[in-house]
Amino acid sequence: MPISYPSGIIQEHKNTRSTASLFDVSHMGQIRLQGRNIAHYIESFSPIDLVNLPEGRQAYSFFTNEAGGIIDDFVAMRIGSEYRIIVNAANKQTVLSILNQNKPTHCSVELLDTYSMIALQGPSASSALSQLAPKCRSMSFMDAGILYLDNIQCAVARSGYTGEDGFEISVQSSHIEHLARKLLEIEGVHPAGLGARDTLRLEAGLCLHGNDISPEISPVEAGLSWAIPATRRTGGSRAGGFPGAEPILSMLKRGSKQIRIGLRVNDRIPVRAKTLLETKSGIQIGKVTSGGFGPSVGIPIALAYVDTSATEVGSRLDAIVRNKRIEVTVAPLPFVPLRYYRN
Amino acid sequence: MTNTKYTEDHEWATLDDGIVTVGITDFAQDQLGDIVFIELPRIGQAINQGDEGAIIESVKAAGDVKCPVGGEVAAVNESLVDSPEQVNKDPMGDGWFYKVRASDLSEWEQLMSKQAYETFVAQSN
Repeated sequence: MPISYPSGIIQEHKNTRSTASLFDVSHMGQIRLQGRNIAHYIESFSPIDLVNLPEGRQAYSFFTNEAGGIIDDFVAMRIGSEYRIIVNAANKQTVLSILNQNKPTHCSVELLDTYSMIALQGPSASSALSQLAPKCRSMSFMDAGILYLDNIQCAVARSGYTGEDGFEISVQSSHIEHLARKLLEIEGVHPAGLGARDTLRLEAGLCLHGNDISPEISPVEAGLSWAIPATRRTGGSRAGGFPGAEPILSMLKRGSKQIRIGLRVNDRIPVRAKTLLETKSGIQIGKVTSGGFGPSVGIPIALAYVDTSATEVGSRLDAIVRNKRIEVTVAPLPFVPLRYYRN
Repeated sequence: MTNTKYTEDHEWATLDDGIVTVGITDFAQDQLGDIVFIELPRIGQAINQGDEGAIIESVKAAGDVKCPVGGEVAAVNESLVDSPEQVNKDPMGDGWFYKVRASDLSEWEQLMSKQAYETFVAQSN
């Protein structure tokens, strides 16, 4: 996927929120897992509730380390008798090593490297995709299943990384070009690249592993506690049993020292990752982890970690950009309304 | 624009009666992508060849417009503050950044001709 196509990042971003964009996300790792008790096995590496995930559904979670940090975030779907996990490109091999470590003999872990993936995102995504598969219309956010698009078997999930309604479509690589061209022929569907993918997810307040989440950051600090279900928390039927359970569950109870927040910049200057944040009185209070111009909000925005004393929405801080103090305001997340479709 | 010369940093410099107007080339604006913020120098500011004259922020990254010819800043294009996208739309015209009253015209003489710049761009691709 290029940074942008000839239209440019801003146009591609705006298309996504007004009609629909098609992203090539084949760089993501797709892992198929099968076998008896495979859900329990995956749960030994993550605070996910996979055992109770119904067939045809998808869930967001993360692989954790002993310190309670995030090795990678992922979505896991249950389709028929198999589970599929979609992981970040950079962490593919790390995740595979983890899953192959103590793999029960009657289970298989397979990297689907002959498969590709595209994401169709935007308010027109459903009407566009329904031209190839009318059944997609009845899917709700986080539903997943096999659909035949132009007679080609695909695994389709109603989800994405933009904050808009949309679908993520996995198919054998031999079919991907045909499928992509078919979708691009539909009026209102435009190609979009990595640049727009980043501005869209930033406005939606979504984390990027390597920036906003990492092996050094816990899900609690990242504001992702909502993804840890009651069954895996203290008192739950399968409490703990994942790496870093002790520090994570303890932090859930006691709170964390720093937390992820949103920032709106009171200037035109983008405030980017690694920028230090200070209180108005000059005390260092945090650091930006992602930042840039938000084409839909019309101003620069950022995600940052700050000391819990500075998280009140509306409080003003200073970002130090090229030795200048740029005022930023703590803002609620997401920066734009999320428009997921629920049937 | 027969009195326009170029730099390896993809700036253009047009000389007119001792004043050099500075901007970035079409190649540069295309590489940068959508520009969202521009910081201009101050009128009256003394500036040397090679100094950072203006700062550009695109959606992707920050960059600077180096000063191709030293002297004193005589004018700045204020409209770029509210409409930085002008640089993407018309980099060689309305997208001009600032003007310098040159203190040493030999600095301008030594810049690349249009032909040399086009060859330079073709070779770096």
